[in-house]
Parts: sequence; structure tokens; C-alpha cells
Amino acid sequence: MSKKTRCLTAGQNSQRFKKAKIIFRKNWELYLLLLPTLLFFAIFCYYPMYGAQIAFRDFKITKGIWGSEWVGLKHFSRFINGPYFGQILKNTLTLSIYSLLVGTPFPILFALLLNHCRSTRFAKILQTVSYAPHFISTVVMVAMINMFFSPQSGIVNVFVKAVTGDTFNFMGSPEAFPHLYVWTGIWQGLGWNSIIYIGALTSINPELHEAAIVDGATIIQRIRHVDIPGILPTVIILLIMNAGHVLGVGFEKVFLMSNSLNSSTAEVISTYTYKMGMQQAQYSFSSAVDLFNSVINFTILVIVNTISKKVSDNSIF
Amino acid sequence: MGKKKIKLSKEDRIYHIITTVILAVILLIVAYPLYFIIIASFSDPVLLAQGKVRLIPKGFNFLGYDRTFANQNLFIGYRNTICYTVVGTCVNLALTMTAAYALSVKELYGRRVIMFLITFTMYFGGGMIPKYFLVRDLGLLNNFWSMILPGAASAYHLMVARSFIESNIPRELYEAAEMDGCGRLTFFRKVVLPLSGTLIAMLTLFFGVGHWNAYFNALMYIQDREKFPLQVILREILLQNQFSLDDITDPELMTALAELQNSIKYVMIIVSSIPVLIIYPLLQKHFVKGMMIGSVKG
Repeated sequence: MSKKTRCLTAGQNSQRFKKAKIIFRKNWELYLLLLPTLLFFAIFCYYPMYGAQIAFRDFKITKGIWGSEWVGLKHFSRFINGPYFGQILKNTLTLSIYSLLVGTPFPILFALLLNHCRSTRFAKILQTVSYAPHFISTVVMVAMINMFFSPQSGIVNVFVKAVTGDTFNFMGSPEAFPHLYVWTGIWQGLGWNSIIYIGALTSINPELHEAAIVDGATIIQRIRHVDIPGILPTVIILLIMNAGHVLGVGFEKVFLMSNSLNSSTAEVISTYTYKMGMQQAQYSFSSAVDLFNSVINFTILVIVNTISKKVSDNSIF
Repeated sequence: MGKKKIKLSKEDRIYHIITTVILAVILLIVAYPLYFIIIASFSDPVLLAQGKVRLIPKGFNFLGYDRTFANQNLFIGYRNTICYTVVGTCVNLALTMTAAYALSVKELYGRRVIMFLITFTMYFGGGMIPKYFLVRDLGLLNNFWSMILPGAASAYHLMVARSFIESNIPRELYEAAEMDGCGRLTFFRKVVLPLSGTLIAMLTLFFGVGHWNAYFNALMYIQDREKFPLQVILREILLQNQFSLDDITDPELMTALAELQNSIKYVMIIVSSIPVLIIYPLLQKHFVKGMMIGSVKG
């Protein structure tokens, strides 16, 4: 770079700096309002990202995070070559893809049905009732699952026994676990997850429906040709966002639902991270598992987002 | 939903009959488990264990309620959770509203970068262990604030709040106020907050329910029984069957209690969920609106 251009950029920089100073002076109150939240994100979100380098070190309590020896990808390869890797990855993917595939259509169908429901009052009641399960805590939800599916006195087994003549131990069965996890999740999220689609449906121009009615379209035809194209962008955006959590199966519900009998299908990455880190104090190894999870998730998010941007023009960034 | 009363075609009539049946079945599936908890809580535990309680309470009684309210742990949990919820929600609201307003001002220098950095945390994080070490190093382990600070703001709700303010408070309003010598802080206090009733109601519900149901932070950071929130106590009683029998010495009552355990669990579920289930229908209009702001702006 020649001297002249360097002077020029320096001049531009100082000019920009001056401009920034003026802007800052004008808006200092806004920065003041922003400051606590920025501090929060810096301390509780970005500092742990920096601290995640514990995954590349051999953590020793006496030496602390920063003094421990740097070992590179040792813990990652130990996890990937370890005996549980295949099983855990399979369990995690099973739960998340199963939830995504089965869990996505139901709220959409529910929203479409509600949208064309003739009785507004019935629709209102249905909505209010269907939101209720969303507000139940995970602990209570898992307790409900335990009690309803209990082989001794569970109400589900009362019906199962009436039909098949025998009870079934749902909670103790590894095969039943993914189904139990996903379908109870649908029960809990049906109403809540439909809100966003109902919103998208109400923002469709009513003239489209009126024109379709005039042309003699049936409701099913209107759903197919007006409603579904109208909510498609929303569906895609939500799918992208969910794709970013494919390995991030929620910790709480799986953790609380797992027991010694179903652990062969109920051990996922997040519960494994917790057990290795918090219960067995293998901090570096556990962080490596966690970081592996985050990186894969983020990569999937970026890939899905890029594809969607190319194919359908919908993207989150 | 029916805009005009025109004569329905045959297909549409069939459609309405079928979908009404489907919706009725959905209503039944969603509502029955909730209804069952209520009737089970009033029923005789022996009949409950035999599976005889299905549609109406059998052997109506309040024994489960009596024993539940005699449980000290439940009250400790309840009290703690109320504290965590009230303080936590206030902190959440303060951080979210101030930052959302600041970020809604288009002239703010560095706004895009800051917004990107905040949104990024929605998709990537350092993980459980580094966060645990951070909380430990800050001296917050087993401390009241460990239930509040690690979740003091959420990127998602911040972005929703920002969109709301952007679309509800026109910038001309500030230009007019500025003429009259109103600064940003005064404007925030006297104009933005009063005009954001819907937003605040919705955020209060989201954050409040979040704190009420919070379990993970307590599992990670709280060891002291005296500080346990409701959900941890609930887990002990509902999932680990640790119902304290310390206060009972009468052997007859003790055997009865073993049978009562199941009813007590149903009562516990009701008692712990009732505040939330009462509040949400009142705020339903607001959060439905709030969810839609989120959906429109992505």
C-alpha cells in the first residue's frame, strides 16, 4: 500500500470516527439502555463460548481451565471412537427426526381445520383448551406420563387391558420410548405450535378466498390452492429453525423420562453430556461432546438455510 | 371462519361433518388427561388403583388435599418459586424492554452488528460445562441469583419485542417529542412503556411461566434444600416417590398414606399447575398476538 492511500484511509477513518462520536453523543442514552443486556450476552453467552476451549484441554482442577494442558482433538476422537457414540447418535437422531416429521404436520392440520370451522365458539374453546398442555412443566408432564402409563394403575393400561387382556409396561420398554416421547410431545405442543400457522392463515388476503368461492371452489380445494401456498413460507422458516436443533433434543424431558430399563434408547447427547460432566466430573470430555453437538447443529442450520434460500427464497439469515 | 352464509355444496357439507368429528376427537384427546387428573385427585385411592375411576370421581374425598397441604416441602418450594418468578420476571422485563427499545431505533450506530451477535446466541452456545464453571467462578453456586441471572435475557424474546416496538411506535412520535426537548430515556419511560401494554403482558406470561416451570438451572446450580424451587420438590415427590413421612407417627395413618400416595400425586399436579392454568386464558389474546409478531418478522 502506498503512503498516499494509507494517509487517505487514515483520514477516512478519523472522519468516520468523528461521525461515530457525534452519533454516540446524540444517542448515548440508547447505549445506556442497551448496556445491561449487552453485558448479559457477553458474560452468559459469549464468555462460555470462549470457555468451551476446555474441550481441547485436559482439565485439571488444580490448574483451572486456562492452565490445563492443550490436547487438541483428543476428547473428540475419544467420543467418536467410544463405545456409545453410535448408539447415542442414533437415539438422538431418532427422537429429533421422528419429532420433526410427525410433529410438524399436526399443528398445521389443526390450524387448517380450525380456520374453516363453522362455529367460532367451538373453535375458541378448542383453542383455549389445546393451549393448556403447553403450560404444564416438564416435571409434571413426565409425572403424568408415568402415572397414565403405569402398568399397575395407569388409565391407559386400564384401556389396554380391556382390549388386549394384558397390561404393557410402557416406561420400562426401550422400544416404546421414542413413541412415548414423540406422541406426548405432540399432545403437549399441538395447540401452541398451531398459533403461528393460525396467524399466517389469518394474514392471507380474504379476497383470494372470496374469489375462489365465486368460482365454485370447495373448501378442500381452497385449502389446497389458497391456504397451503399462503402458509408455506412460515412452514419453511420454522423447518429451518428446527433443523438447527436436530441434535439438540431437549434435555429435561428425556432426562426425566429415562430410567434403567429404557436407557438403551433414552440416552441422547444432552443427557450424556450431563452425566459425563456433572455426575462423573469428566469436564473436558463432556464439553467435547457438547461442542460436537453444537457445531453439527449449527452446520446443519447453515446448510438447510442456504438450500432453502436458493430453492424457495425463504431464509432466516 | 364463516364469512358469508351461502348455501353449502354437498362436498363442503361432508367436509364440515367430517372435520367437526375430527375436531371433537382432538378436543377429547387433549382435554381428557387434564380432566382425569382433576377427578383422580378427589377419588378414593383404592378405586383409583383398580382403574375404576374413568368419567366421574369415585369415593369422593379430600384426603389427598389434606395430606398435600400438610407437606412442608411443598410450601418451601412454592414460596421459593414465587420469589424466583417475581424477581426473575422483573429482571427479564427490564433487560428485554430497554434493549428492545434501543435496538428498535434505526439510527443506532452498530445496530445490525449487535443484533447479529444477539441472534447468533440462539443457534450456538458454549455448552453446559463452561456455563457451570462461569456460574461457579462468579460465586453464584447455590445462590438465589443463579436461578435468575443465567437466563436474564433471551435472544428470541428480545427480537420479538424489538419487532413489536418497531411496528407499533412510529418514529414520528419521537421526532415530535424531541422537538419538545424530550430525551430518549424520558421518551422510553413516558411513551414507549405505556404504549407497549400488549407486549409487556405477553412477555410477563412467557417469562413468568418459564420461571414457574424452571427445573434445569436448579438441577445444575442449587444444592441447598431450603432454596429448592417447586419443580425440584415436585420431581422428588412425583418421580422419585420421596414423600416425607417424618411428620407422621401414627402407624395406621402410615399404611393409609402408602395407598394415598397416588392421590397425593394428582393433587400435587393440580396445586402446582393451577397458578399458570388460571393466568394464561386471561392473557391468551395478548400472547396469540405476540406469537404472530414473531411469525411475521421471522
